[in-house]
Amino acid sequence: MSAHDLTAQPWTEPGRGSGLLDVVRRRYLLKLLVRKELRVRYRGSVLGLAWSYVKPGVQYVVYFLALGIFLNLRGSIEDYPVYLFSGLVVVNFFTEAFGNATRAVVWNAPLVKKIFLPRELFPVASVWVAGVHFVPQVVVLLVGAVISGWRPEVLPLLGAVLATLIIAALATGLGLLFGSLNVVFRDMENFVDLANMVVVWLSPVLYTWNTVAQAVPAWVATLYQLNPITVAVELYHFAFWFPGTVDTPTSSLPPDLLVNSVVAAVVAAVVLAVGQLVFRRVEGRFAIDL
Amino acid sequence: MTSMSTTSSAPRAARPSSRIVVDDVRMQFVLRHNRSLKELAMAAVRGKDLGNTFMALDGVSLTVDSGETVALLGHNGSGKSTLLKLISGVMHPTSGSVRLRGRIAGLIEVGAGFHPDLTGRENVYLNGAILGMDEAAIRARFDDIVAFSEIERFIDTEVKHYSSGMFLRLAFSVAVHTDPEIFLIDEILSVGDEPFQRKCLDRIRELKDEGRTLVVVSHDLNMVSELCSRGVVLQRGNQVFDGSAADAVAHLRSL
Repeated sequence: MSAHDLTAQPWTEPGRGSGLLDVVRRRYLLKLLVRKELRVRYRGSVLGLAWSYVKPGVQYVVYFLALGIFLNLRGSIEDYPVYLFSGLVVVNFFTEAFGNATRAVVWNAPLVKKIFLPRELFPVASVWVAGVHFVPQVVVLLVGAVISGWRPEVLPLLGAVLATLIIAALATGLGLLFGSLNVVFRDMENFVDLANMVVVWLSPVLYTWNTVAQAVPAWVATLYQLNPITVAVELYHFAFWFPGTVDTPTSSLPPDLLVNSVVAAVVAAVVLAVGQLVFRRVEGRFAIDL
Repeated sequence: MTSMSTTSSAPRAARPSSRIVVDDVRMQFVLRHNRSLKELAMAAVRGKDLGNTFMALDGVSLTVDSGETVALLGHNGSGKSTLLKLISGVMHPTSGSVRLRGRIAGLIEVGAGFHPDLTGRENVYLNGAILGMDEAAIRARFDDIVAFSEIERFIDTEVKHYSSGMFLRLAFSVAVHTDPEIFLIDEILSVGDEPFQRKCLDRIRELKDEGRTLVVVSHDLNMVSELCSRGVVLQRGNQVFDGSAADAVAHLRSL
């Protein structure tokens, strides 16, 4: 055999990728992983992907009955069905993405232990799957909004796009953070489930932000408004609920929504960066601890 | 060594023909048994170490040239699989370094990326992508992969309905149709029945003749001494022999 001169080929260190950049580079694999997760999720189920409509549908009906009718919030909030649903789809996207991304590495333990892949692929695929469930819900929301007299406007729709990006970045960042720690301490997935429940009730999904502002000190209300999830929910109200209302004053939307949106986008980006950093620090232990 | 645009610095022991350089690698595992909050608190208060440690590899160095076929030999617990995992990048060494040149495919376990609920066809695509092929490459080789595995009739059946032999054949077939310069093979040559095993060995010899680099872990010493040119024997995390495969097998048998 002839002598091999490989000096032109670069040296690499196995198992050290470039994190989320590698996910972009290997998007074909990401696509297959997303498809696999969707397939596996609904294996042997008759309704299949329809479950992604049934679950939020039932949840929505229950909230509407309990809060809209029994507590009569639809009396004080105009177009309450649209108000409720536009917030709920955002929060559902977040909780599903965050919850699944947290479990993604542990779920894929056989792969993580045996073949080196950019492990960020797994949480990102989970967020993507949540996105696949999220899109049809937005379609239902649009139909409902149109029926209630809503018409599309450019600026509000841009707000909705920003809100979706904020949620995706936040869920990915938190998913990387808690997903990597979950390998070492399985407590994380229980903690995240709890956090997700808190998010649904503490975001202005079921009620309006004024209710919060009246009940808590001013600084708490400010903090509340800076929470990226609150911002995303309000941006969805701004996009899909507010333009369809007639009697609702502008003050029903929180003040400084634009400034808060910028802050939320920055916070989401920082969370994403921190999640990636922690993930890379903990990653070396994945194959050992799983 | 000339400086190049490298993703990593050139290792000290590198020759121009080196593919893999393992430099004084140590791998320590912490054997933790207790990790509940109560036990963590107790350990913190008493300043006690959480569990004992275990040195799976204790200063191993190894340079593999392009086109070499190296067998890692040793009894159970000698650290050969750990070394293979370090080369594949699944784990990072506690100290020391591993450097590679070229694309690598680790068959740490054949079929690791297979999912029972997907069909054979879907698994071929998923695994091909996992092993680093792009869509076009998988599509181009799909027929070869299926033909090699000899399970044409069942390719659209879910893998959970496969027999273990069928499963391994398809998985092996995907793996050997990827196009890496370095193959890592862990105990996979016990695939299928004898005719298929022979076919696998022929395929591996082909890979070897194409000048690819192979690192093999196996307990089948006869097969190893026939297939590999070089043998490295590990004992309790230390390298105790490095020479021809036949001599390495003889050394291992004398341990």
